[in-house]
Amino acid sequence: MTALLEARGLRLAFGGVRAADGIDLDVMQGEFLAIIGPNGAGKTTFINMATGYLRPQAGSIAYEGRPITGLSPRAIVRRGIARSFQLPQLFTEHTVLENAALAVAAREGIWSPLAPLLRPRWREEAAALLGSFGLAALADIRADALNEGARKLADIAMAVALRPRLLLMDEPTSGVAAAEKMGIVETLVRVLREARVTAVFVEHDMEVVERFADRVAVWSQGRIAALGPPARVLADPAVQREVIGIEKAGAPPVPAAGEGGHA
Amino acid sequence: MRRAEPLLALAAAAAMVVAALAAPWLKFVLTIALAKGMAALGIMLLLRAGQVSFGHALYVSFGAYTVAFLAPTLRDSLLLLPVAAAMATALGLVVGLFVSRYRQIFFGMLNLALSMVFFSLLEKLYHITHGTDGIRVALPTMLGQALERTSFEWAIFGVALALALLFGWFARAYLDAPMGQALAGIKTRETRLEFMGVPARHVLLSAYVLSALMAGCGGAIIAMTTRHVTPLLAYWTASGELVFIAILGGAGGVIGPFLGAVTYELVRVYAAAILAEAWQAILGTVLLLVILFAPGGLWGMLAALFRRRRAA
Ligand SMILES: Nc1ncnc2c1ncn2[C@@H]1O[C@H](COP(=O)(O)OP(=O)(O)O)[C@@H](O)[C@H]1O
Ligand SMILES: [Mg+2]
Repeated sequence: MTALLEARGLRLAFGGVRAADGIDLDVMQGEFLAIIGPNGAGKTTFINMATGYLRPQAGSIAYEGRPITGLSPRAIVRRGIARSFQLPQLFTEHTVLENAALAVAAREGIWSPLAPLLRPRWREEAAALLGSFGLAALADIRADALNEGARKLADIAMAVALRPRLLLMDEPTSGVAAAEKMGIVETLVRVLREARVTAVFVEHDMEVVERFADRVAVWSQGRIAALGPPARVLADPAVQREVIGIEKAGAPPVPAAGEGGHA
Repeated sequence: MRRAEPLLALAAAAAMVVAALAAPWLKFVLTIALAKGMAALGIMLLLRAGQVSFGHALYVSFGAYTVAFLAPTLRDSLLLLPVAAAMATALGLVVGLFVSRYRQIFFGMLNLALSMVFFSLLEKLYHITHGTDGIRVALPTMLGQALERTSFEWAIFGVALALALLFGWFARAYLDAPMGQALAGIKTRETRLEFMGVPARHVLLSAYVLSALMAGCGGAIIAMTTRHVTPLLAYWTASGELVFIAILGGAGGVIGPFLGAVTYELVRVYAAAILAEAWQAILGTVLLLVILFAPGGLWGMLAALFRRRRAA
């Protein structure tokens, strides 16, 4: 297995807050890597740096062996990295179908001034995509009329429509109703596996992490506190105490860094 | 309503021809209205991106002065028009490369500022532009034919009508196409465009250049119709007038700006004749009412009526 994304020594501070305080991480080709950790640990900041929204103050990021540090979001998308957002970023005055079709158009070529966006081929692809996310019934609703869960899914669908090789998802299941969550994640995972997409996802639901992640990275105060297979990492008392919030009385403190696998 | 647009546009065009036949002075008013409608259509494209240009009189006047300067040498209106269009487009590209970096109030004010710079150049460079006196435009030929005045006015009216239909058709397709839909995406979620690999600035730039082209053509038609250009064409009130027309007509469909322009010109002519100084107060009140009660403009009101009748 080779590393698709290599982050080395990423640092970024906002005033006194160290949102990234020396992040080293290899995302391996084809894996599903979950990121867990408390709010404010710097999970979103990592995704923002990897997708060009924020520029690290130190460190480097390489994708497929080539440096991408400091490139614009646009340039990074063109290399094959897409992302979805913790707060869904939809075109609120467009319908859900148009949102998805715009993503298809972004991939296929936006610069056509006369043929309609909803040309048959793109409309079909967009509709099929929405179907696989369980959004078919909402296709003709304006995006700002969706509930939070559906907005989240539409947001991910738009990232998937770009056909990335690496997809970074920021809390894909937050806001999705608990009853639907597992079904949706299963579909998402199937879609991504079929398309051989490598995925990194920030997740708060440990059941999702256990079932779908190949590895899990534990974020804590801008650092990676633990990294490895979910079964081992989630069983770690320190991780449970600090991150998941399950206090195990009397558990000995475990050194934070240097845990497991690929750090 | 959308499906009915082409038919409605053709019907409106026919109605305008009839009106111009019935009352010859209307021909002049309607030609000017069509010219301003084109410019307002360009404003409307930018409105779709959530951007308001308070400086598009720059392109109208640039097109108009291009005609005035070149009329003695090029002579033919069907040469002057494309040359003026090309000049305005080129200026739109140069200015657009700069202003497309800005949004909202900065976008609006930069456009205003640039148009005011051009206004003062037109005023101050007397030996070139004849200052506030302006430049008279000799009667151009049409397809090499020297026409007498009335025939020429008919010809220019026809050209304006054809161009309005062409721009309307194009803008309608454009707004439905990926470029136009991405343009509307600038208004709601510009960052998403960037994260889809789409350069939002270029999307806005292409609409901007298109709007400059339309305004430039409008200016060329105004110059050939009034046959006299003055710096007032570039004054900020002229830019404001275009925004007024676009909002009055409504940004919901490509007929809106033309509806707004015809209404505006007719109210202006009638009200000015009857009420002299009060016509601006009337227009102001109308705009206020539109903004408060019919944000979709006249076109939005028509569309709503249409829907209700079909539902009934
Ligand atoms: N653009 C920003 N400006 C200032 N502070 C920020 C910014 N982005 C993140 N932060 C801060 O950095 C820390 C990490 O934030 P974030 O990466 O969003 O955490 P997480 O996603 O793990 O909840 C937080 O303290 C947050 O307030
Ligand atoms: Mg976050």
